[in-house]
Parts: sequence; structure tokens; C-alpha cells
Amino acid sequence: MRLTRPEGTNGGPQGLPGISTTGRRAGTFCMLLIVALAVQATRVQVFQKQELDHNSANQRAVIQRYAQPRGNLIAGQPLTGSKATGGRLAHQRTYTDGPLYAAVTGYSSQLYGNTQLEGVYDDLLTGTDPRLAGWAVWDAITRQQQPGGDVVTTIDPAVQRAAMQGLGSQKGAVAAIEPATGRILALASTPSYDPGAIAGTGTADQDTWKRLQADPDQPMLNRALRQIYPPGSTFKVVTAAAALAAGVVTDIESPTGAPYPYVMPGTTTPLTNDTSACNQEGLSLDDAMTLSCNSVMGWLGVQTGLDRMTAMAKNFGFNDAKLDTPVRAARSNFDTTMNASQLALSSIGQYDTAATPLTMAMVAAGAAADGQVMYPQLVDRLTKADGSQVRLMHPVLYRQAFGPGVAQQLRRLMVDVVQNGTGGNARIPGAEVGGKTGTAQHGVDNTGTPYAWFIAWARPAGSTATPPVAVAVVVADSQASDITGGGLAAPIAKAVMQSVLDR
Amino acid sequence: MATESVTRPARTPGARRPRRWTELLLVLAAVGLAVFGYVEVGVDIDGKAPPDAAQYGAALGVLALVAHGAVRWRARWADPLLLPIAVLLNGIGLVVIYRLDRNTPQHEAAPTQLLWSTLGVGLFIAVLFLLRDHRRLQRYAYVGAFVALVLLVLPVFFPPVYGSRIWIQLGPLSFQPGEFAKVLLAVFFAAYLAAHRDALALTGRRVLWFRLPLGRVLGPVLLIWAAFVGVLVLETDLGTSLLFFGLFVVMLYVATARTGWIVIGLLLSAVAAVGVGWLSPHVHGRVTDWLHPLASIEAGQGANQIAQSLFAFAWGGQLGTGLGLGHSALIGFATKSDFILATIGEELGLTGLLAVFLLYAVLVSRGFRTGIALRDPFGRLLAIGLAALVAIQVFVVAGGVLALIPLTGMTLPFIAQGGSSVVTNWIIVALLVRMSDLARRPDPQEEA
Repeated sequence: MRLTRPEGTNGGPQGLPGISTTGRRAGTFCMLLIVALAVQATRVQVFQKQELDHNSANQRAVIQRYAQPRGNLIAGQPLTGSKATGGRLAHQRTYTDGPLYAAVTGYSSQLYGNTQLEGVYDDLLTGTDPRLAGWAVWDAITRQQQPGGDVVTTIDPAVQRAAMQGLGSQKGAVAAIEPATGRILALASTPSYDPGAIAGTGTADQDTWKRLQADPDQPMLNRALRQIYPPGSTFKVVTAAAALAAGVVTDIESPTGAPYPYVMPGTTTPLTNDTSACNQEGLSLDDAMTLSCNSVMGWLGVQTGLDRMTAMAKNFGFNDAKLDTPVRAARSNFDTTMNASQLALSSIGQYDTAATPLTMAMVAAGAAADGQVMYPQLVDRLTKADGSQVRLMHPVLYRQAFGPGVAQQLRRLMVDVVQNGTGGNARIPGAEVGGKTGTAQHGVDNTGTPYAWFIAWARPAGSTATPPVAVAVVVADSQASDITGGGLAAPIAKAVMQSVLDR
Repeated sequence: MATESVTRPARTPGARRPRRWTELLLVLAAVGLAVFGYVEVGVDIDGKAPPDAAQYGAALGVLALVAHGAVRWRARWADPLLLPIAVLLNGIGLVVIYRLDRNTPQHEAAPTQLLWSTLGVGLFIAVLFLLRDHRRLQRYAYVGAFVALVLLVLPVFFPPVYGSRIWIQLGPLSFQPGEFAKVLLAVFFAAYLAAHRDALALTGRRVLWFRLPLGRVLGPVLLIWAAFVGVLVLETDLGTSLLFFGLFVVMLYVATARTGWIVIGLLLSAVAAVGVGWLSPHVHGRVTDWLHPLASIEAGQGANQIAQSLFAFAWGGQLGTGLGLGHSALIGFATKSDFILATIGEELGLTGLLAVFLLYAVLVSRGFRTGIALRDPFGRLLAIGLAALVAIQVFVVAGGVLALIPLTGMTLPFIAQGGSSVVTNWIIVALLVRMSDLARRPDPQEEA
């Protein structure tokens, strides 16, 4: 073997390090370069991962979210579906009958997010809920995406349809509950909208969204859950319950002792009645409820006292800011600090008293179910895509509002309202119906179009079982010439209850 | 320091076997991995093995076996790791390009890349057969340097691509002459430094604690360097100029052991960096993007390429999404070339990325080992220079897409799409195989 410069191989010139040494150093330097790359890769891929994955400009999370069909909301049949878009966001939400169930489903939009049930169970529906994972660790390693789970609601399509058809073109809401369990049978709000029309990213979707947002009738507002209205005379059921439970009234047929005219304490203003039949002394609680007498019920509220009135209101969900069905209901209000005249007004559902249709349905349901107010539930169970159960919801007692004795008296009062009083439009042949009308004034000097209310329960005639349905109906801003709860809202409640009794 | 030859790897008894069977086993494993990759792409995207997997696998397998046969015949004592690593890196590149083709069905790059790989292996074999002794290259050092300069100047006459004039377009074919030039340049540096290292090392005056070289010696070297860097800056190909400059400094240091060179090198690079950054808006933008990769998002202009690249890496996490299941298409253009590492990071995860880095580390260290084990200064410098070339190029391109350093358009050796790159890297490996054969070959008297 020829070596051209053997003397140069071992060491460098004049005692300087040779190539063996400098080469090793240079090699070490090159290895350090690669180590630096490994360190930087670890920084980016491990330590900055969360931050980068969730960067607003990173589309990967969104792409992954829509990579597979979304799980469904179900009420007997699926209320929702998914369709392939062919675009980067591979699937978008569809609704089998969007406007009919919009108050139940909410919307799932690629542009505008997810609301109500679509929002609450988003993880389950998209498949990221850890409860869907077969074996979490293995899934994390393989990045196996679980198919979206389904949400089975408590909604009864027939009842829902009756509620929406009853409301028709009027603005209003219906909440129907099964009193024994708290299952929500119908949740309707009008005017409605089609959530499917805003599910995608197209210009049509965006135009629809803008139009819905600008609409003065607020079609996307869920009036059954998310809007509070002064309940007017329907609140008298709460006042009657408080008076009975407190022993202020022991016999609903005996005179209550309410004066007429009733001048509210600390004022010179008498509490007026809409019906002249109320303008006398010696009326019983039954008379006062049947005729919807403000003077008697206002006086009874003051006699019962603020504390007991507040406590009774709370039994039905008033002042609960976290009433989750699981879609959170708006907070119904009954003031906790008031003077006597304010309490008198509040006791007839005026002043600051305001309630969601859901809360007023709970009032009717409480009367129906012997004072057991059940937690209102919109969801029956959660399942995996294959139908296997993830979670089953059980009925939960919200509050024991009063005992069976008071409940029985309350039901008699409500039945009399329908049989002999303002609620005649809710009568159902072959059924026992108890209800209460309400026509709530509002606006500056009560100039707004009154809210027409009706709350009720119904059961087959002769039955002693817990009534299968309790309902609250509110019709707002009606164009009708004569606006009363009995005239506008009671027929809707009747149709809804009929649909339950017909099952 | 003058007598360090005692512990030379080639003289340890364990290293005296040719280890060709080891090489064959590793080559087969590399081909197997690549075939597995093809199948994974198909299974992940379509749920079934792709119909052309067998063809790709067979093509790669034949190439690898032919190359192995050439080594067996013509470089029996060569380092057994060089060829398998080249095959594996090339295979990974083909798989990832094949996978990225699924995003761009109208622009399939994998068949072309396979063609270039075939040419690369052909040249690998040609080098082994035609170049029996690397020292012959010394004679062509100056010719090579001239050719390299011509190659570098040529693209100036062609239209720029992505803001850089580094491409030559001839009909459907396009190549980057800078890629070929780097080998020629390494040969020239090795030859020049081997011949003049004494003069470079010993002369000069002391300034502070550094011994600065004489202007007489420094002059020509600086001139050549300036010519290259000047051309590259004209072509706004920052990556290649960084690469050449790094190569130059490393080889100077290895040849002369003078830290003074490093100081001068660092000073020159600092001046060049500031100057270029100042003058070229293209480069200035790259530096800004590097310092603030997410700034364009905060400014409401969406993610730039570096940000998209980082998103891809981060999404991969530790284990990756699996081939075909990432979204590196969001990076936009150059996903198969400059940004191909982002796809590897996203779909094979940190694990896959570190494996690739490790392959490069082993390849580079084998190159350095060969250089240290050789006995002729030219060969030593050439082997070390070629190994450093690979290391620096990997650092420049990977560091760029990982936002460790400013992004400069360059190709990841063996993996990135680009014919000139693949062909050049096969030549580099061929030269290393040739030299390692000599380095590991036992002395004739010992062999007997």
C-alpha cells in the first residue's frame, strides 16, 4: 500500500494536533448539531405541543373534529344526521326536522360553534369523550378515533309536534314535563329556525346566520328554557301552595278573610281585579283561584310572608341560576328582599317576578306529583355508536315542595279553574285537567302586549295515578285582539296534554 | 499529540472481518422497512395495501441488492453501515413522497424520485468500479473547482424558482447544480488543504492568543470562498452558501488545527449574515419568520409556512399520526422537498424523527471514522469533509423547518424530493464506501 505522506498522518505539523484529533473534534461538533436538532424537535413536539395544537390558525383540530360523522340526537328516531361535504371539513350536521326540534337540539355549526344539547354533549357526539374509549391508553397510542356517541333525549315526537303546531305562527314557548320523573316531553319555541341551514361554511349558511341574528323576532332564542317572562296569574298556584302549606288557608272552600278593597300595605293603592266578581269580601281560596282574584291572592301572599313565599318559589326552581337540563335554563326570579306591597304584587306574578316556561311547568308538575318536584331532564341516556349504554339518567328529586294533602287541595283548585273558571278551553273529554291561566302585563305602564300563560296537568278521568303530563305555555306579542291565557294559551296546552293522553 | 496512531479502529482485531453479510442483512431490513411504509400508507388512507407496493418494493430491493453486489465485488472491506443507511433513508424518502403524492394526484413525484434513485445507485456503482483509489481525485481538484463554479453560475441564466436562482430547467427536467458542486468543492478543499496545510498552519503572526494566517496563504482561499458565496448570494440561495461556508471552516480547522480559522470564519459569517440580512428582503423576511414564527397569526394574516411546519411537528407528538393520516398539505408548497421533514415529524412522530436523525448521525460518524482511519491527508480530509457536508446540510434544512435557525431552501439528504440531491448523495456515499474500504482493509502482510 502506498502512503503519500505517512509523516503527516499521526500528528499535525510542529506539534499541532493531527487530523485524528481535529477530525474527532469536528465530528463531535457535527454530532452536536444533530443533538441540537433532536432537542429542538423534542421542544416542538412535546413541550410546545399543546400550545401549537390549539393555536387559532392551526386547522388540524377542526379537521379532525369533522373527520367522521357526528353522533346523533335521538327522540324515538334520530333528530340529526351527518353528510359528507367533500371538503376539508369532511362532515357537516344535518337535521331531520330542524325547525321542529331546534329548541331541543340547538345547532352544530362549522362556523358558529355548538349550542344546547349539541354543545353540552359535543365531546360525546364528536367521539372524544373519554367514556367512549375502549382502552384509553391503547387508543392514545394508536390515535384511534372513536365514532361519535348518541344522545337519547326524553322528548316525545308526538308531544313536540303538538306543541309546535299549537304555537303555530305565534311567538311563544311550550315546556311539557312528565311529573313523576321530570322527563321533558316537549320543548318548543317559536318562531323557530332550521339549524341545518347554518351547519356548514358556505355563503348560504353565512347569509342565513346573518339573517337570523338580525331578525327582531329572535328565532334562535330558546324561549322555553332561556327566556323569562312575568308569569302573571299562573304564579298564583305558587302563592296558593305557600298559603296552604303555611296553614294560612286550611279550607279552600271557606272565606280567606281577605279584605276588599285590598290597599297594599304602606301605600294608598288598592290591588285591582280584572273580574268584577272578585270585588267583594268573603271569597274562598277556591273562588279566588277560579276567578283569578288579584286582591285575595296578593293579600294571601303577604299573610304567608316573604320567607315562606320565597321558600315555596325556590321549590319550583325560582332563583336557581344553575338549573341544568343539562342545557342550562335561565334563572327564574322571585325577589328575596321586598316590602309588603312589592310582595303582594309578586304574589300575583307581577313586579320583579319572572319565570321560564320550564319553571312554570315544574309548578304544575309539583302540584300533579304530590309536591315532589322532580329535576327536569332532557336526556334519557347516552350511548356509544353501537348503541351500548354510556350513561343512563335516573329521575332525581329536585325538592319536596309540600305534602300530599296540600297537593290534593291544589289540584282541586286547578281542576276548578278548568271546570268552572278561566281555563275552560283546556277541558279534555274523558280526562281530569287542572290548570291556571295567566295574562301578564308588562312594559312601561303595562303598555306591552300581554303575555298569555297557561299551566296545567292532565290525567285520564277517574285515575288516581300521578298525571302523566304537566305543561306550561306562554304566548308573547300575539296579534290577537283579545289576549288572555285562557283564550290563547289554554288550547295549546290542551293539544299537548291530549297528545300525551292519546299515547 | 504527535503519536496518536496507536489506537486506530482498523487495527482492532474485531474490525477485521469484511462484514458483507451484516451489510446484506441490514440492506434487506431497510428494504423491508420501506415496503412496510408503502403498505402503511395504503392501509391508513384506503384501508388496504396499495396495488403498486410490490412494484416499489421490488424496485427498491433490486437497486439495493445490485448496490450491495457492487460493494461486495469492488469494496469488500467497506464499512457495512454506509449502504444500508443510504438505502433506508432513500426508502423513507420514497415512501413519504409516495404518501404526499396522495395529496397531489396530478403531480406525482414518487415515480420520478425512484428514477433518480436508480440513477443515483447507478452512479454509486459507477464510482465503485471506475474509481479504484480515491487519491486519483487529487489530480482533478482544480478542474473540479472550475466546473463547480460554472455549475453554480449557470442557474443565474435561468428563471428563479421560489425566489432563488438555483435551478436549471431543461424541458421537463430540472436540477440544482449546486448539489453537484458541493462534492467537487469538497474534493478541491481536501486536495488544496492536504497540499498546503503546513504553510497554512505554521505561518502567520500572533494577534492576541490567535495565530492568524499570512495574507499570502489566506488570499487564494478567501478569493475562492468569496466567489462561491458571492454567486450564491446573487442567486439568493442562502442554504447552499451556509453549507459551503460551514464546510470550508470545518475542513480548514481539521487540516490546520488552527482556532484562528474558526475565529475568522465566525467573523466572516457574522459580517455576511448581517450584510445579507440587511440587503436582501427575501433573507430579512426569513430571519423575521424565524424569530417570530407565529407573528403573522397574531397580525391576523394566518399562519406562514414556518408556523404551519411547527403545527405539523407538534400534531405528530411523540408517536405521530401514522403515515397518510397527517395534514402536512396545509404547509402549502415544497411539502415534498424542503418541508418533507415536517411530514415525517407529523406522521411518524418524535420517535420517527429521532430515528431519522440517528440514521444521519450514524452515517456522519461513519464518515468521520473513515477519515480518521485513513492515512493519506487528502483522503482523511475528503472523508471528513463529505461527512461534515451531510451533517451541516441536515442541520441547515432540519433546523430551518424546526425554526431552530432561519429557513433556507435546501433538501434533506436522500429523503427530500429532488433528483440532483439524491444522485449527489449516492455519489457521496460511494466515495465514503470507497475510502472506508481502504481504511478498513488489513495490511497485506497482516492479512497473510
